[in-house]
Amino acid sequence: MSHASSKDPGAPAFAIVHTGQPGAPAPKSPRNLPHRGGEVNPSVEALRARFGAAIARHEVVWGDTTVYVARERVAEIAQWLHDDPTQRYDYLVDVTAVEYRDGVRPMEVVWHLRSLAYRRFLRLKVELPADGVTPLEVPSVWGIWKGADWLERECFDMFGIRFAGHPDLRRILLWEDYKEGHPLRKDFPLRGRFSRAEQLSNALAADPEARYSMEELSVADAFASLPEDMRKRLGGGERVGE
Amino acid sequence: MAQPDRSGAVSYNPVSQEGWITTRLDFLVNWGRANSLWPMPFGTACCAIEFMASAASHFDLARFGMERMAFSPRQSDVLICAGRVPFKLAPVLRRIYQQMHQPKWVISMGACASSGGMFDSYAVVQGIDTIIPVDVYVPGCPPRPEGLIHGIMMLQQKIMEERMSDEALRDEMVPDPTSQLYIPPSRIDELSEPFGNSVHQTRSAP
Repeated sequence: MSHASSKDPGAPAFAIVHTGQPGAPAPKSPRNLPHRGGEVNPSVEALRARFGAAIARHEVVWGDTTVYVARERVAEIAQWLHDDPTQRYDYLVDVTAVEYRDGVRPMEVVWHLRSLAYRRFLRLKVELPADGVTPLEVPSVWGIWKGADWLERECFDMFGIRFAGHPDLRRILLWEDYKEGHPLRKDFPLRGRFSRAEQLSNALAADPEARYSMEELSVADAFASLPEDMRKRLGGGERVGE
Repeated sequence: MAQPDRSGAVSYNPVSQEGWITTRLDFLVNWGRANSLWPMPFGTACCAIEFMASAASHFDLARFGMERMAFSPRQSDVLICAGRVPFKLAPVLRRIYQQMHQPKWVISMGACASSGGMFDSYAVVQGIDTIIPVDVYVPGCPPRPEGLIHGIMMLQQKIMEERMSDEALRDEMVPDPTSQLYIPPSRIDELSEPFGNSVHQTRSAP
């Protein structure tokens, strides 16, 4: 990762460093990076200056900087990283989660951010300790990056992490009445919790046409279960039932 | 009943007229059916690529009467399930099979469609024969076009041996209304028993 343009904090916010431009430093090759340590993304220092104790620790792995932040303030931090002219993290690459096998290390929710203007990559992490008290819930960043919509739904589907403030948090990969839990959790057996016959019977009981009619993309019986804004959008001209 | 003449040559022998008409009608109907199988491709994975190769000019399924891919189940004779089927797709596959008109047949192409293959996971159906009846299984991962064509020729052979008098052949299988299955649950669990090392992956994990 290159932090070439980040050396000069006084540079104008809109300066985009292209390698093709004369005089611009070439981005560093990702080769020969140390596993641990190396150049820290300067956003970390800025985050510490602004949010203080909400920034727990940071580490640099293979040239990428990871910052551990407090769960309660992650939305605020993300908003600042997105809006501040010296940061401009305008691209949310991914939202995902990690659960470790040992059962001791806390579960982590991960946001991959990229600042296209400053050529920076930053990984935000929130730890959710399995103390039985901390809920598996983090604020949604959907209000900041609209692309978070499906990423957060996938994370909810696979890990069961709730994203407070998400407009339509439901399963995205598995079907909506899937009963076996969240498959990427470590306590989830590879073959699922039910026997094959039960799984098959549950799957076959689903009626694909109850949710979607034969007319492409028009919503059938499930109209009432749609979120408010979708109902409003589809309730007008489009056909809503069989 | 006499065995049908499979040589293809139609001969008229007035001496052996007894039982002759039924047999020849079987032969004619079966011959017509076997050589105009319109496939309904249900391709979900890499097997579908091999299926496309089989249909394309080099291997040319049209030589076997499969001139036309029927992308509507209403106009198709043989459902070729090429690829793994996740549980989410199971009701769709069954619905497509139910929408097909009799007579209809099913080819399960490749390891995943036949047994779940390497995908012994929470998401994948362990063999489509737990959802719909299957006539021919084609092994391979994926099978080469020659393998698929061999399977199709086996199906043609099977069709040639059908009897119009056997009404059970055309019975629609109606699943049990409560469980939606037509195979007993114990049988399905037995069919989808894991192989090899994967027995260590038990459901009783903490």
